[in-house]
Amino acid sequence: MSHKLIVDCSTGVTTEVELTAEEVAQREVDAVAFAEIKAAEEAAAQAKADAKASAQAKLAALGLTADEIAALN
Amino acid sequence: MANTYEAIATVTVGSGGAADITFSSIPATYTDLIVKLSGRSTTSDADMYIAFNSNTSNYSRRVLRGNGSAASSTSGSDRYVGTIDSSGETASTFGNWEIYVPNYAGSNNKSYSIDSVEENNATQAFQYFIAGLWSNTSAITSLKLEFIAAGTFAQYSTATLYGIKNS
Repeated sequence: MSHKLIVDCSTGVTTEVELTAEEVAQREVDAVAFAEIKAAEEAAAQAKADAKASAQAKLAALGLTADEIAALN
Repeated sequence: MANTYEAIATVTVGSGGAADITFSSIPATYTDLIVKLSGRSTTSDADMYIAFNSNTSNYSRRVLRGNGSAASSTSGSDRYVGTIDSSGETASTFGNWEIYVPNYAGSNNKSYSIDSVEENNATQAFQYFIAGLWSNTSAITSLKLEFIAAGTFAQYSTATLYGIKNS
């Protein structure tokens, strides 16, 4: 099992302590939860990038030049 | 501008690695705290969380991330504080990470700011700027850095806690 390091700032002494079963379980719960958060963030970023590309394409179709579209950013 | 800057404690990870690092019994005699970390994970998991006083609630953060060609921004109500080098990045390279915690011993909610980089020898790597808030009025007496999943600090990862006084 992994261990953690605890540095006591009042003494400067570092102690190695084994992770408890509860701490290991909590890390697994945190990992699942954060993976969901990350996936949602990446999906939102991708949706925003897709919307931007779509908007730029529509502006180009209306006759705006690349420089004119870039000036809107 | 602070005119004192003192190393309170430092730790270097040994050959067995470490799942997390905690600075405990932090004295209340400084104005601000800074932690500087040179770190690497032994696994592909390198996203990190922070915990003050072993408390895992009431955190929020905003993240600005860039890789030299694109930038993105995210926000969330969690303890995420950035990503350091993982096992997938250039062997033996370590990421740099710094957190600044002003007024850590005061009675207001605790803000913190972070900048960090992953080092990957000139191939794609990320830089992070993070603004965080721990909505808790307790004085900070301990600070823990941990990986969110199965990450483990690699040998020679080093963290130092500094205290800053304003007089």
